Amino acid sequence: MNARYAVLTVDPAAVLAQHRSLLTKPWQQRAAAIGWPAVIAGLFVFSIWWLGISFGQIGPGLAALFKFIGLMFPPSTGGHLQLFLKAMGETLSIAFLGTLMASGLATPLAMLAAKNTSPNGMLRFLVRRLLDVIRGIDTLIWALVFVGVVGLGPFAGVLAIAVSDTGALGKLFSEAIEATRSRERETIVASGGTGLMGVRFGLMPQVLPIIAGQVLYFFESNTRSATIIGIVGAGGIGLQLSEQIRTYDFDQVAFIVLLILVAVATIDWISAKLRLAIIGRRQP
Amino acid sequence: MSTGLPALPERRLSQLLANYRRDLARQRFWSLAMLAAVVVLVALAGRGAEVEPGKLLHHLSGLTSYFGRIMPTLRADHLTGDLAEWYWNFFGWLKLLFDTVLIAYLATFAGMACAGTLAWLAAANLAPSGAVRWVVKRLLEFCRTVPDLVFALLFVGAFGLGPLAGVLAIGIHSFGTLGKLFVEAIENIDMNPVEGVRSVGGRFVDVVRFAALPQVLPNLASYSLLRFEINVRASSIVGFVGAGGIGQDLFVAIRKFYYTDVSAILLMIIVTVSIIDVFTERIRHRLAPVESVG
Repeated sequence: MNARYAVLTVDPAAVLAQHRSLLTKPWQQRAAAIGWPAVIAGLFVFSIWWLGISFGQIGPGLAALFKFIGLMFPPSTGGHLQLFLKAMGETLSIAFLGTLMASGLATPLAMLAAKNTSPNGMLRFLVRRLLDVIRGIDTLIWALVFVGVVGLGPFAGVLAIAVSDTGALGKLFSEAIEATRSRERETIVASGGTGLMGVRFGLMPQVLPIIAGQVLYFFESNTRSATIIGIVGAGGIGLQLSEQIRTYDFDQVAFIVLLILVAVATIDWISAKLRLAIIGRRQP
Repeated sequence: MSTGLPALPERRLSQLLANYRRDLARQRFWSLAMLAAVVVLVALAGRGAEVEPGKLLHHLSGLTSYFGRIMPTLRADHLTGDLAEWYWNFFGWLKLLFDTVLIAYLATFAGMACAGTLAWLAAANLAPSGAVRWVVKRLLEFCRTVPDLVFALLFVGAFGLGPLAGVLAIGIHSFGTLGKLFVEAIENIDMNPVEGVRSVGGRFVDVVRFAALPQVLPNLASYSLLRFEINVRASSIVGFVGAGGIGQDLFVAIRKFYYTDVSAILLMIIVTVSIIDVFTERIRHRLAPVESVG
């Protein structure tokens, strides 16, 4: 009773003045709250100036873009349905074979790169750096290189995806292998098995579901990348797409984009089902 | 060693063995079926993709000699001269690389700004209307499924050759991917502050500003930085179709077989990408503790 009365008599302004320091943030925080957005916005303005982007470009560009979009409706096959379907099949083939080859190449490399299966530290270091370099180069650059080596066509695309994914999958596989328990392998070796048997019966059962999930995930993402490598001549639907864009046949562009969206959604759906089945079977 | 395992009765043993054999046979059957399916798919895909192992073997020497040829000739006795010849256009490429990084920055900024504005409308826990949420989600899906290079091709046609097309193409793709991540981050927030703001009469904008944003800001910043790393890689590619950056020069070098230029530009790209990776990773690690406090 007494306490409540006391609170009411106190002047709010005085309380505020007394505890101002609790309510204001330290100057570093205030400086950061103003400074970071300022730096970000300043860099934005600088980039626009440096790249010579003028806002005058945007108006006519948007007008042209809307014209393109208008021309996209209704989507039409332009009488090339069979050609487009064949190209889409080529894209899916490239993604499938590329992923399969990459997982085949990545498994032994991952064994060499993982701490617990690598026979020697020097080799491990070299393999890891090799994987880093492969991963550092984009799929599209690999595609261009392989077009130069094996000529135009989907085969170059398969090789490009196989090589560039070997880098990524090799790293992921080696991490999966490093995360396994060592007991199973030790048990097998202790009961008279060879080191190889330890890997086959102690290690593989632990990593296979993880590897299978990652391979399926990469198959999904490769379906997307296989749609664009055709732009540099490495086969698949990308070639048709870039041709139709260059000749301004936008109704056919729209059809191809729709075809890609449907194909990617279908592959995503199938691979999500398969992944669930794999995980489900391993966790009864 | 004389203490053997207690022997099981014959009937029990034979039953166990039969069960084991049946299970094993079933497992083998499925493994073989899977293997057969893969083999059939490989054969089909091999026909579709015109794979010719003979061609690969034939060109294998071409592949190794390609990597041999892109290697520069560096001799110890006049290293500086050789280096200067290898990197004859060092400053030109450096400028193009700088362009590439700025394209990635602008694209990340644009994607982040759009995603940061629209993600609130697509999060299940905050969305004011189901219809708006559905539309925004489909829009994000579309932007992330169409590859950025396809957007780049279209925009080069509309806006002309140059970095603007690249910025817009990568920006739209970033909008799609960042939007999805932002929505997921927002859907995982603690709802108590949201209820607090609503209970004192806050509108949607107030809920976003005072209840949701402070919780997710470190996450959004971290995702955007990660996207920036990815976008630097993407912006070194969009030049292939004429959308600015170093890609144009790399494309020309590979296509016209200027072998040593290829390795020079690739090395510069790899070094730049790894410097940026290290740099952004540092910032992201500094953001992480904030995440755990907030």
